[in-house]
Amino acid sequence: MNRIVVVGAGPAGLAAATAAAALGVEVVLVDAAPKLGGQFFRQDALARGDRFTLPFQVEHVPNATVWAVEPVAGGHRVHLRIGAADDPSRTGRVLETRALVLATGAFDRALPFPGWDLPGVFTAGAAQAMAKGQGVAVGDRVLVGGTGPFLLPVAASLAAAGARVVAVAEANAPVSAWLSDPAGAAAGGRRIPELARYAGLLARHRVPYRRRTAVVEAHGSRQVEAVTLARLDREWAPVPGSERRVEVDAVAVGFGFTPQLELAVAARCRIEGGFVAVDAAQGTSVPGVFAAGELTGIGGAELAASEGAVAGAAAAKRLGAVVEPPLGAMARVRAGRRFAAALAAAFPVRSGWTGWLREDTVVCRCEEVDLRRLRAAVEERDVGGVRPLKLASGAGLGLCQGRVCGRNAAVLAGLGDTAFARRRIASPVRLGELAAAEPEVESADPPWSAAAERGFGQDFG
Amino acid sequence: MSPIESADVVVVGAGIIGAACAEALSASGRRVLVVDRGAPAGATTAAGEGNVLLSDKAPGPELDLALASRRRWPELLESLRGELGEALADVEWEAKGGLVVATDQDSITPLRIITEAQREAGVEVRDLGQAAARALEPHLTTAITAAAHYPGDAQVQPVLAATALLAAVRARGGAVCGGTAVEGLIVKGGKVAGVRVGGEAVPCGAVVNACGPWAGHFSITAGAPIEVLPRRGMVLVTAPLPPLVARKVYAADYVASVASGDVDLQVSPVVESTPTGTVLIGSSRQRTGFDESLEVEVLRRLARGAVRLFPVLERVPVMRAYGGFRPYTPDHLPVIGRDPRIPGLWHASGHEGAGVGLAPGTGRMLADLMDGRRPEVDPVPFRVDRPALMAQIKA
Repeated sequence: MNRIVVVGAGPAGLAAATAAAALGVEVVLVDAAPKLGGQFFRQDALARGDRFTLPFQVEHVPNATVWAVEPVAGGHRVHLRIGAADDPSRTGRVLETRALVLATGAFDRALPFPGWDLPGVFTAGAAQAMAKGQGVAVGDRVLVGGTGPFLLPVAASLAAAGARVVAVAEANAPVSAWLSDPAGAAAGGRRIPELARYAGLLARHRVPYRRRTAVVEAHGSRQVEAVTLARLDREWAPVPGSERRVEVDAVAVGFGFTPQLELAVAARCRIEGGFVAVDAAQGTSVPGVFAAGELTGIGGAELAASEGAVAGAAAAKRLGAVVEPPLGAMARVRAGRRFAAALAAAFPVRSGWTGWLREDTVVCRCEEVDLRRLRAAVEERDVGGVRPLKLASGAGLGLCQGRVCGRNAAVLAGLGDTAFARRRIASPVRLGELAAAEPEVESADPPWSAAAERGFGQDFG
Repeated sequence: MSPIESADVVVVGAGIIGAACAEALSASGRRVLVVDRGAPAGATTAAGEGNVLLSDKAPGPELDLALASRRRWPELLESLRGELGEALADVEWEAKGGLVVATDQDSITPLRIITEAQREAGVEVRDLGQAAARALEPHLTTAITAAAHYPGDAQVQPVLAATALLAAVRARGGAVCGGTAVEGLIVKGGKVAGVRVGGEAVPCGAVVNACGPWAGHFSITAGAPIEVLPRRGMVLVTAPLPPLVARKVYAADYVASVASGDVDLQVSPVVESTPTGTVLIGSSRQRTGFDESLEVEVLRRLARGAVRLFPVLERVPVMRAYGGFRPYTPDHLPVIGRDPRIPGLWHASGHEGAGVGLAPGTGRMLADLMDGRRPEVDPVPFRVDRPALMAQIKA
């Protein structure tokens, strides 16, 4: 078990692996993508070479999904499947470790509205991936909507890929929100000029930026043909009479991000306010499990990398490495968190979105559960827990296992925000793969385990 | 805390058994308050497959209760349709039948012995050879040596079933209160006079312990301990598939696995489809207390069992796994009846994996006993003060 396992090779996971390797500890870095960098850097899988190089102590396992994290005596067993999901010859690996760093990131959150299930409605992240990764714009006339600073780079990428971005509809009023916490905003350091650069870019492309405005409906028979834009009040209820129709052939919507919590939940880490609770050394409530990046709060790549550096050092320390507290990274984490808090406060998701839905608006796309069916479960069957809600309404039971709809369904049903995050099987695994003999468990007996248990805690103190 | 100030009966536990008891008690005119410390239908009931089975029961008191329950389920659903409307009474009832298969020569004779005995006890069962079994289930392995078809086996969706029963209780003036723990009984003059809920007293004449695997815990809170223990189970769920499995199909060793009291992991393959196209794969039994952590070995053995029965499932993706706890009694019989130690305290628990199937019969037996009517099924084997439940407590 004398080796750190890092799950996720985005900014946080890369930094964790690099920091631990710099302390002389071996690392296995597991990631779903073929190349390093995660969603943030999103390297072209087909291009030659890799823009990142890792120290020799790091073994990079690409194209790997962690389908289960199993608690065992003294640590955790990380179960991998390696290869494309539809590849019948993908292989298994089982890694045992006393120091597990979770850097599984986040995915963008979509809110339902009438017509959001029409072809041509994309998440902002998907539109960004196509534009940046393949240079393809999702449409000719695209409207970008939702909330948060992420909308700006998405719109910029779309414009760069040749789309006419008809508007960016920001549901919040960010300038006044930033002004209410200037210290928090200033803690963002380079982030503010970066956002200003995007704003300038959009101005050059003559993209209007509309505040307190949202796409409240998408129209079209087989494909999006137009959207209804509406002004919103403070709670995001549409202002009556402000609706107007805008012709588009694609929409990209993003309402912030949802952390990818299932492995942390499987490892039984404490979740607080929708994110993994961590201490100053990025230690979770479970000894030997560290979390870094968007899992602990949405704060962007810089904060994620700082958290990763701290987590990597703390994980190395747990395995007995001599570690000086990484004070610089820890200070950057503190500043980054202040910025993240300001960000969260400036771009919240307000409750009024639930009023955009109609009875027949689909909430869960996999199982085609509309608001009426969800309401019937709550009101007529009086369900009050996630499992009963899923089984009584069907929401969250489909292929995405509630990743898209779970958070929204929970809000609509009046349940906890993260209540859908429990997924014992974190990604699908074929019955035949499961039935086959378990791959040999890769573990090394730590020579200093007894000393480490006595002398080294989660913290640097 | 409680939405009503007093009740004739407080049912503790809003799973399928609590819901069925509350339904039967409210049908005989009582004002019923159902409380659950968690979400109604949110624990064992939400982790079950919704079995209404005759096939897995050897002749004896449990089979008698199962036969009565099997007769009762369709009647109950018919009356709920009239009372609550089609939508709410739709619990995905499917009288799909069950198929028990033997996969080696040694299992043939035991299977025939049990089917013969079940027939004598009134169960409809047909003995089949390999060809006839594969005619019913074309994707079944060619390795089967014998089979038995039980047309009476059925399935409901357990959360829909429990919530429909609870809706009937509310429609009759009762109340259901989730997220509410009962802190203790109020006993006056040696008899139940109420329950303490959220620091308040709710007067009532009777309390029913329907806490499933936690019935042992609640019995201690109530001051009258009984031996009910958790027995863990896991189920795998596949992605939605075109129809591959029509009935509930399981291996003949399942019956032995259910009847085993072994602490160690027991796994016996059980495979069935749901109306949404997913295939549910059970069944495992483990006596590990209330430990919820994932064990990949259990998933592996479930997968192996399913692929052994239906090789076609090998390429099918598993979407999720869920686990739960069955209420287990040392003699594998439910406990249904009055507690002789505290008049006014009743128990209805210990149904293990058969709670959904046995629920209507259990509710009716409890209501009959409370009303002083003679139950359709002999209640004596299920009584609270039988040696198996009490002996363990004293020891």
